[in-house]
Amino acid sequence: MAYGRGAAAACVIEDVSLEIAHGEFIAVVGPSGCGKSSLMKLISGLHPPLAGAFSIEGRPVSGPLKSVGMAFQNSSLLPWRSALDNVLLPLEIVQPFRSDFRKDRKKHARRAEELLGSVGLAGFTHKFPWELSGGMQQRASICRALIHEPEILMLDEPFGALDAFTREELWCTLRDIQAARKVTVMLVTHDLREAVFLADTVYVMSNRPGRILRRCEVNIARPRDLDVTYTQPFQDIVHELRALIGGRH
Amino acid sequence: MDRGAILLKVAAPAVFTLALFLLWELVCAVFDVPLTILPAPSDIFEALWQYRAPILDNSWVTLWTTLAGFLIATLFGLGLGIAIGWHRAVYAGIYPVLVGFNSIPKVAVVPVLILWFGLGEIPAVLTAFLISFFPIAVNVATGLATTEPELEDVLRALGASKLDIMKKVGIPRSLPYFFGSLKVAITLAFVGAVVSETVGANKGLGKLMLDAQASFQVPIVFAGLLVLAVLGILLYAATAIVETRFTGWAFRGQANR
Repeated sequence: MAYGRGAAAACVIEDVSLEIAHGEFIAVVGPSGCGKSSLMKLISGLHPPLAGAFSIEGRPVSGPLKSVGMAFQNSSLLPWRSALDNVLLPLEIVQPFRSDFRKDRKKHARRAEELLGSVGLAGFTHKFPWELSGGMQQRASICRALIHEPEILMLDEPFGALDAFTREELWCTLRDIQAARKVTVMLVTHDLREAVFLADTVYVMSNRPGRILRRCEVNIARPRDLDVTYTQPFQDIVHELRALIGGRH
Repeated sequence: MDRGAILLKVAAPAVFTLALFLLWELVCAVFDVPLTILPAPSDIFEALWQYRAPILDNSWVTLWTTLAGFLIATLFGLGLGIAIGWHRAVYAGIYPVLVGFNSIPKVAVVPVLILWFGLGEIPAVLTAFLISFFPIAVNVATGLATTEPELEDVLRALGASKLDIMKKVGIPRSLPYFFGSLKVAITLAFVGAVVSETVGANKGLGKLMLDAQASFQVPIVFAGLLVLAVLGILLYAATAIVETRFTGWAFRGQANR
């Protein structure tokens, strides 16, 4: 599959096939520039493929999927909206919420407040993005990706810009959200510990053109604690994945 | 605002202006400058008081023609800016024409307007409009063009249409640019109205100053200039207040300081 324009067109991804079960948490890892983000943008329909085809459940993807919630590396909250209004944004766009949004606004606002409360932002719903820390912004961003109850939550290096402690804190937030809502998650990351800690299945991609090198099931019992990351089985998996990715040491 | 801020915002400009007038008065007195070259502030204020009725009358005409032209420019500039920012083809097609049009000195257009609409307020309104819509259109278009693609991606991932993206991201995002341009546009509209009155009109501050100059009543000319300056400051301040009121989020850095 290639995308881009004219001379800049590049064959980014080759023959990638992923299987995601309902309620499963998968992670895609790979070296920088291997096409992880491109893969996600293709799946969500944000970028149409130049060559090749793409299908979900047998149906080709032509435009953005309705049932996807996305969060990116920078929280991309709209600076003129409060955290609450940012979370409500998808409901103003996505059907069936859209048609009755004004009428049901109170109900939606309560739901958004609960959601924000569940990620520890209870007292910050009326703050503007610049009044929140990086970690808080990312929490709000994940809430925004969840509010319209998408079938799949797609996260593109959502914790990449955070410091190590905040990142681990948010791993646990995401873990709890996923456990509570049984939402299907696809996480793109270059942090192997993050991938192994959170995912049921980790896919490793190769350098350009990106291919799936290995599908690795993480057989660590849930619920997982952060302490798990220091155990031998966890370390073994991370080590194995690291060897696949290669690069100069 | 605390006392220090009020002192800085109100007292500092007042003291500075007063000092300027005192220096001016002093220069006129020491060098014995003739009244027909540069009247001292005291002469100007005297003329201002003596001719307050015609000055007020003409100021009112200039003020409303400026505001009418500015209002049309705001609506037109906003629409044009959105059209330019909407699509690359529109941008490529309109922009060069717009730049060309803006390069024409508006003084040169006034005789044509008078030819079409006759002496009166309409040429002043139109000149004010023609001179001030450009910065508004360019700023709105710039605001739209510089919208972070990530912000648009958030909406596109939800299946939003181009119109949705414009309403939810593009337009709110370019509002600071829009209000910023209003400050430039209001002063330009003012210049446009006065220029038009100076070229040909039967009322307005420009016309008043032209008549005063013809009869060597230089203090009245300067009184007119003074009124223009004060009106300019007031109009600018009004748009600046509107700006901070509507786009406070874009000024967060200053609020926190």
